[in-house]
Amino acid sequence: MNISDNNPQTAIHCESVSKKYGKILALKNISFDVKQGEIFGIIGPDGAGKTTLFRILTTLILADSGIASVDGFDVVADYKEIRNRVGYMPGRFSLYQDLTVEENLEFFATVFNTTIDENYELIKDIYIQIEPFKKRRAGKLSGGMKQKLALSCALIHKPSVLFLDEPTTGVDPVSRKEFWGMLQKLREQGITILVSTPYMDEASLCDRIALIQNGQFLRIDTPENIVGQFADILWAAKSDNMHKLLEDLRNDEQVKSSFAFGNSIHVTVENGQLTVDSLKKYLIERGHNNIEIQSIEPTIEDCFMELSNTQI
Amino acid sequence: MIKYLLKKEFKQIIRNQFLPIVIFIFPLLVLLVFPWAASYEIRNLNLSVIDNDHSSYSRRLTQTIISSNYFRLTDQSASYNQALKSIEKNKADIILEIPKNFEKSIINREGTKVMISANAVNGMKGGIGMTYLSSIIGDFNLTIISELYPELAKSNSSVIQIDSQYRFNKHLNYQVFMVPALMVMILTLLCGFLPAVSIVFEKEIGTMEQINVSPVPKITFILAKLIPFWLIGFIAITIGFTVAWLDYGLIPVGHFYIIYTFAAIYIFAISGMGIVISNYAQTLQQAVFIVFFFMMLFIMLSGLYTPVDSMPNWAQWIAAFNPLKHLMIVMRSIYLKGSNFTQLGRELAALLGFAVFFNGLAVLSYRKNN
Repeated sequence: MNISDNNPQTAIHCESVSKKYGKILALKNISFDVKQGEIFGIIGPDGAGKTTLFRILTTLILADSGIASVDGFDVVADYKEIRNRVGYMPGRFSLYQDLTVEENLEFFATVFNTTIDENYELIKDIYIQIEPFKKRRAGKLSGGMKQKLALSCALIHKPSVLFLDEPTTGVDPVSRKEFWGMLQKLREQGITILVSTPYMDEASLCDRIALIQNGQFLRIDTPENIVGQFADILWAAKSDNMHKLLEDLRNDEQVKSSFAFGNSIHVTVENGQLTVDSLKKYLIERGHNNIEIQSIEPTIEDCFMELSNTQI
Repeated sequence: MIKYLLKKEFKQIIRNQFLPIVIFIFPLLVLLVFPWAASYEIRNLNLSVIDNDHSSYSRRLTQTIISSNYFRLTDQSASYNQALKSIEKNKADIILEIPKNFEKSIINREGTKVMISANAVNGMKGGIGMTYLSSIIGDFNLTIISELYPELAKSNSSVIQIDSQYRFNKHLNYQVFMVPALMVMILTLLCGFLPAVSIVFEKEIGTMEQINVSPVPKITFILAKLIPFWLIGFIAITIGFTVAWLDYGLIPVGHFYIIYTFAAIYIFAISGMGIVISNYAQTLQQAVFIVFFFMMLFIMLSGLYTPVDSMPNWAQWIAAFNPLKHLMIVMRSIYLKGSNFTQLGRELAALLGFAVFFNGLAVLSYRKNN
């Protein structure tokens, strides 16, 4: 299926892509490559430019500058070819709510000049879960089922590259886990997946990730490498007065950064001077009780916070 | 490909809880209700009489006026000021003051005067009331002359006698004039604006994007949106013909095929305009408001109620670019006069022009937005 003979390894290629909305720069010089059969995650907060990037790659909008190609086809010149071979699942559920599950799937199959039977194998695992409701209108499905239907519709024409824009936003944790399981299975079938998510915990499920903020990539690497590159010491701190604790930690000049993370505060300290005991002492002086400080392993989120701090 | 898209459109139209009702009820309602309610014939004008004479002639005059059925005697005042109060209270629309010695002056051959004053807040109502009342009094005048002085009536009879005949609408029936024009309104709403709203709806719920990343060409998508509404337009206009025939006994003097041909061109033009709107509107709300604005403008300047020829020059120019106006002329001409293509050449050219213009603009504005 892959026609790009000059570089058969690359499914998505992006080179200094920029996009402006009025005066706001949505994307600044984005460059990256996604290998075939890879799950590539774009991780970043809302408004970072994830959807804009997806819309450029799926030929919905034009970039202001830069080159991008999908499956070896240029997004501008060969947009028609791209539309035949990619699947796109937008962040918002956008299927026909007044058509039934079966009718939606059938419709999208015919739109791509294929039939459900032809590619049933590919979607079987996913579709089988919603098949009992195939006579139900899509608008009446639950969130998790809608998402499964949307994925089935995006897959029905056997795309070589799948674009999933925040597929797990607003989905319960169980369904999220299940969903990532499905993605792993799809990868085994050789489908390249570009997925965006605001959830840092999903990053570790990707083969490689790009951390994005304010339209710029902070780093592109495997999740392990990104975590491995975390150079500082990381502690999780707790006390009776969490709000005051954060304030006091931020006032301590020896603390590099601190931010709330779940029910504790993550504190980064540059390798060297400060020890757990001296920090404890400092906090006791400030009137904190029940102080707990533990050394922890950094997560993607810690890396993201670290990287975005240095960016500013 | 288009077959599947059409299948989807029809499914959606049928499943929509609102649309099928609109498609069938709307033409019926428009044609069955409007022509009866919205009429230029002014009836039931409220009359206030100030009878200063209280004679048999003055009573006879009042009686004659009321028996015309155009007026209702709602107030009898002793003075003009009192009668004005009844106008202020909205009890009367028009005042007739009969002077003292009305009867005496008539019998003495002196001649006499009556005064009519009309409430002209609604200028048309006041004007028409005035005309009706004057002509009733004029008739009354002639009756009295022939009664009292038969010899005078004979010798005085006019040299020129008017024999009036109304062509194409013998009885000046307002409905005959309105029904064909209302069919144009139905076509405009069903074929111009429903597809526009339907396209913008897909934009808003995001399905448009799904179609855009698929190999479906835009033109196929739009055609699939338009064809169902073209069909609906033809069904609606056929319902219109049936209602016009059953309810008003109206059958076009001209040929049906001429009407259908014009309707087809018009539907093409007006749906092109709908697509232009859908290209610019991002949300349903925007689309509906643009539609509303153009509908108002088009209806006001279409000649539906007030003849375009009596509008000021600038308004006539605007109306010349109003597709509604042209099809209304066509419909009325075919229905009432039986015009053919040659006689309607100007309208044919204009409507073809609109079709090319709007659809060209639709293509251009779509390219620009992409």
